[in-house]
Amino acid sequence: MTAKTILFILVAVLLAPLVMAQEEAVPDSTVGVIPPAPPLNFRAFDTPYDNGHSISLEWELSADDGQGRNNVLGYRVMRAESPDGPFVERGIVTSGGTSYNDSGVKESDSPDYFPRDHDFYYKIVATTADGSEAESEVFGPVRAVGQWFNARKWPVLIAVGLFTAFTLAFITLARRGKDLYVRPLAGIEAVDEAIGRATEMGKPILYVMGLGTAADIATIASFTILSRVAKKVAEYQTSLIVPCYDPIVMTVAQETVKASYYDAGRPDAYDDKDVFFLTNQQFAYVGGVNGIMIRQKPATNFYLGKFYAESLILAETGATTGSIQISGTDEVTQIPFFVVACDYTLIGEELYAASAYLGREPVLLGTLKAQDWGKACVIISIILGVLFAIFGWQDGVDAFRPGN
Amino acid sequence: MRRITLIVTAVVVVLFIISWIIKTNTVPEDGTFRPFIQGFLVTFAAFLTLAIMSFLYRDNPFYKFAEHLYVGVSAAYAMSLGFWTTLVGNLFPRISQNLSDWFGVPFLHYEWHFVIPPILGIILLMRLSPKGGWISRWALAFIVGTTAGLNLPRFLRSDFIEQISSTFLPLLVQWQGVGPFFSNFSLAASGQFIAILTNITIFLGVLCGLIYFFFSKEHKGVFGTASRFGIWVLMVTFGASFGYTVMGRISLLVGRLTFLLKDWLGIIS
Repeated sequence: MTAKTILFILVAVLLAPLVMAQEEAVPDSTVGVIPPAPPLNFRAFDTPYDNGHSISLEWELSADDGQGRNNVLGYRVMRAESPDGPFVERGIVTSGGTSYNDSGVKESDSPDYFPRDHDFYYKIVATTADGSEAESEVFGPVRAVGQWFNARKWPVLIAVGLFTAFTLAFITLARRGKDLYVRPLAGIEAVDEAIGRATEMGKPILYVMGLGTAADIATIASFTILSRVAKKVAEYQTSLIVPCYDPIVMTVAQETVKASYYDAGRPDAYDDKDVFFLTNQQFAYVGGVNGIMIRQKPATNFYLGKFYAESLILAETGATTGSIQISGTDEVTQIPFFVVACDYTLIGEELYAASAYLGREPVLLGTLKAQDWGKACVIISIILGVLFAIFGWQDGVDAFRPGN
Repeated sequence: MRRITLIVTAVVVVLFIISWIIKTNTVPEDGTFRPFIQGFLVTFAAFLTLAIMSFLYRDNPFYKFAEHLYVGVSAAYAMSLGFWTTLVGNLFPRISQNLSDWFGVPFLHYEWHFVIPPILGIILLMRLSPKGGWISRWALAFIVGTTAGLNLPRFLRSDFIEQISSTFLPLLVQWQGVGPFFSNFSLAASGQFIAILTNITIFLGVLCGLIYFFFSKEHKGVFGTASRFGIWVLMVTFGASFGYTVMGRISLLVGRLTFLLKDWLGIIS
């Protein structure tokens, strides 16, 4: 062995530790970290009774979620378009959760778009605080499909069918001349008296339809009553003032009043200016109506429709002018104000029934009778439901609850 | 014009100007508007508030002015708002790129069915034509019929079936012992006795309330008694609702008085 060789070996031995020391020792992070148990029995399926932009996922808890090592923080929902991935996270469910709905919108240019009739693959990943994970098996392919009918809403279908059947049956009976009894209502019997009072005093009648739109049931009921009132007004040659809150309501009211004047044989007496739009701001409207009441001093005020906070202002102002006031609304919070400030108040369904009382038309009377039969069915349902609840038959109770 | 009216009007004008000057000098300068404008706005708001409140005494020119101003401005504001939010904000971005660019709103995408509402709207406006007014009834019929049809299943479910199923309460709650049966009688009571009482009250109240609204039968005998109980339940409910709502109205009054005493007069801090 030459001197050069010995020197080389010596240098190598002395330098080797320095070279090896420059490499940092990388700690093995997986040492000592135990992944959690994976979620079990994972399945994905098309969300039933929807528009086809949702897939539902269900699984059983990991054995380390709430038990075992109890280190599961939550579950990541992963989705891909092929079983080999790449998987994209779609959502996170906290520990204890066993279901998730992967859904989106139907607009294809939206970032939340969820395509229909498109195969997807899913897996659930249980995660822990230390970053370890455990995956379920990949499930798929599964695709979202839209359904034509939401079968969970069958109680609604039955209710519509029943009510329709009752209505048609009683309308037929009424048209055949059968006398359908309806009990007297004080507020409705006072309508004729109120119109007569205004005629005798030579003062106008104010008819306020409230703040509802043409879509509100109370407003629709008010239209039918307005037609009766307008016909009487035309016959008695009294003047009518109808300030409106909504432009569409004004349009329908004008048509209603005009038709009533025609029916009464007084088309010449109709004036478009009697039915006018005021404003569609709540308290500006009531300010304007108050001004009409104070200046024109109507003998009779009708408040029939949908009212809110302005109801008491209207009723109290009308009371100060000495008008006879007949009111009716289905707004529960406003009925007390009308009850205290008006002479007659139609509560809730009495407003809907008023048109049948006033006109006695077969169609309206038949509908009223059908409503009563519907109520009888409701009473029977409630008694049955309470009996089910007393005896603990939960299936019977749930049968009346329409699903989402 | 009567002399008293002239005097009162003159006094109001003078007070208005004095208040305007004082508020101009007292409003903070870091407001949205210059102090001159801010002073006018606060004074004008106070003037309108008091003008509306003067109705409690009697109808007067100040109330008339405030009323007409309110009606006019609100109607015009609603029309302007309707144009900018409905037409410009909702319709143009879906039917025309050019219109969207003209009004400076981002164009979304073409949706052909958005052409139908303006057509119906134009049909509705035909009402203004004496000869063509008849066609507006078609648009009206569409509006009323569609909304009634859409509302039927919605209200049937929310106001009818859900309410019915919520009434399915056990009148006899499962026995849990003497202690839990009578556990406290406060408003927050949660014992069995209160649960039973609550459920029975709800059941009878709903049943008798429904009987009250039965129109096909005269309210006599047992039926009449149930109906009377029903109306009592309704009236007690209305009374509670009345008191609760009046509380809310008083709080509105407090808000207005706070504006007058704090923002306008500066009496309270």
